[in-house]
Amino acid sequence: MPPAFGIEQVQTSADQGEIRIHGSLRFAEAAPLWTELRRLETSAARGQTLNFEMSAVQRIDGGAMALLACLRAELQRRGVKSEFVAADAHVQRIIHLYGGDHAVARLKRRRPLGTLDQLGRATISILLEVKLVLAFFGQMVVAGAGVLRSPRSANWRELPATMERSGADAVPVILLINFLVGVAMAFQSAAQLKQFGANILVADLIGISICRELGPLMTAIVVCGRSGAAFAAELGFMQVNEEIDALRTMGFGPMRYLVLPRALALILVVPLLTLLADVAGVLGGLVVGVTSLDLTVRGYLNQTARVVSLWDISSGVIKSMVFAFAVALIACQQGLATSGGAEGVGRRTTSTVVITMFTLILVDAVTTVLFRMAGL
Amino acid sequence: MSDPLFKVVDLTIGWDETVVQRGATFEIERGSIFAILGSSGCGKSTMLRYLVGLEAPLSGSITIDGLAPDQSVPGRPLFGVMFQSGALLGSLTVGENVALPLQAWTCLPPDAIGGIVAAKLRLVGLEHAEGRMPSELSGGMCKRAGIARAMALEPDLLFLDEPSAGLDPVSAVELDELILSLNQQLGLTFVVVTHDLESIFKISKSCIMLDRESKSIIARGDPRVLRDTSTDPRVHSFFNRTPLEVTS
Repeated sequence: MPPAFGIEQVQTSADQGEIRIHGSLRFAEAAPLWTELRRLETSAARGQTLNFEMSAVQRIDGGAMALLACLRAELQRRGVKSEFVAADAHVQRIIHLYGGDHAVARLKRRRPLGTLDQLGRATISILLEVKLVLAFFGQMVVAGAGVLRSPRSANWRELPATMERSGADAVPVILLINFLVGVAMAFQSAAQLKQFGANILVADLIGISICRELGPLMTAIVVCGRSGAAFAAELGFMQVNEEIDALRTMGFGPMRYLVLPRALALILVVPLLTLLADVAGVLGGLVVGVTSLDLTVRGYLNQTARVVSLWDISSGVIKSMVFAFAVALIACQQGLATSGGAEGVGRRTTSTVVITMFTLILVDAVTTVLFRMAGL
Repeated sequence: MSDPLFKVVDLTIGWDETVVQRGATFEIERGSIFAILGSSGCGKSTMLRYLVGLEAPLSGSITIDGLAPDQSVPGRPLFGVMFQSGALLGSLTVGENVALPLQAWTCLPPDAIGGIVAAKLRLVGLEHAEGRMPSELSGGMCKRAGIARAMALEPDLLFLDEPSAGLDPVSAVELDELILSLNQQLGLTFVVVTHDLESIFKISKSCIMLDRESKSIIARGDPRVLRDTSTDPRVHSFFNRTPLEVTS
């Protein structure tokens, strides 16, 4: 079907032309209209005049008018004089509505940021984030001291439910992951130790590395992904929904009411989860030792008991408490710093997981070095 | 009624055993501003969800130019909708929000889409907000951007849910002016769900009033006429802002 409009270009003098439009201009035919207009307007050069002659336009809707107004603005920015002329009263009203008879503003061009500029901004933003987390840590300490003075001021009702969600509900996934980590590590080390006939040392390797490093770390990573992300999203949604503000106006500080119960819940359950993780990891190694290295169950367990000291287990538990505090601190800080609706909640949840993961690895490295330096 | 654009026949809405409104029948004339009124909880916004095809009615029919709301004419949907909060996508800029339907439904090149977006935003007074994120806008600006997005594909019919809710008086009046201007200059048909009486009297010449208790339409016509002549105590009370006297 042919379009309901027609366009032709007429040169009225050496430096003056017209685009004559007739018929009905509708948004449904915006694509051919735009193609045709684009073809014609390219001939106009700076200093020339190219008007839109509208006397034969019977009907025009907003979409088509938007395209014409856009083209006129582009022409004017290129230095071509362009106006809508000879339109009837109804068409003129629509031209006016879409600013077709207004002066065209100059476009502001944004300069892209340079690499150094971007690097500087990113560094400042990271430092600011660290500062905010440290400030939040200070507020938590002050609020914690306040709760110690007046225990009833905290929201203890939320504690059991949070412990259940973050602890009991996480047991299956913690057991499975740590068991598989134990299996994978045992397989990798078995291949090497077999060459020296030192099969039994698999038990040493698995026992110590799981209890001191991998058990607490893997548990903290799972808790970060499950509970940390959940805390950040929950508090973030409360923040954008003005629920936090409502709590503040009612006299409930978010620190005592929301943050401390969550932090305490994690500090209480993560060490327990870590102990379970240690057991699951050692069992993973045991399965490989018995099935692939011709070790007996008793022999493997005896060797593990001989090399794994109480300090190996308790240092892992101490680490796990630090990890739990870090997860709660960062997740709650990020959640309460949320702004900007659903997108803001998503952004803060993602940054919670990223920052927490980085922090966990950093804290793990630092504590390991400190323990070694202290001869522990 | 000379040229009905929108027809609702014997519409019953609700879910499972719950009926929100039953037996609603009305027509909306092309080029009019039609208001759906009622007190809080009567099902106005729920009715809107059915009218725009987001929910399937329990019974009855809705047609826009002879088509069901979930159908579309080639190249574009039958109508545009502005939700109460504007419902802009938070991860996109205001300009990208308005461009979204154009990218989805047209084969226009990016420069043409950019031109239409700029024109629509200018139309609603947001020409300087094209690159801003929705979270940086005020409530009134979000609603204006929502209208620009709803108008992007040049629908003949626009649904507006509580356009003046949560706005300061100046912003509310400006929004009313914008609706009137779009109606008069472009001939757009509006269906406005609201309980803002000042706005209703200013922009609308036809309305229906829903009732929570009887779950039905209890009044229809020109809101000014209903205010001055209705003998139904519920209608009189609503339009004249007087407490409803409870009879035992």
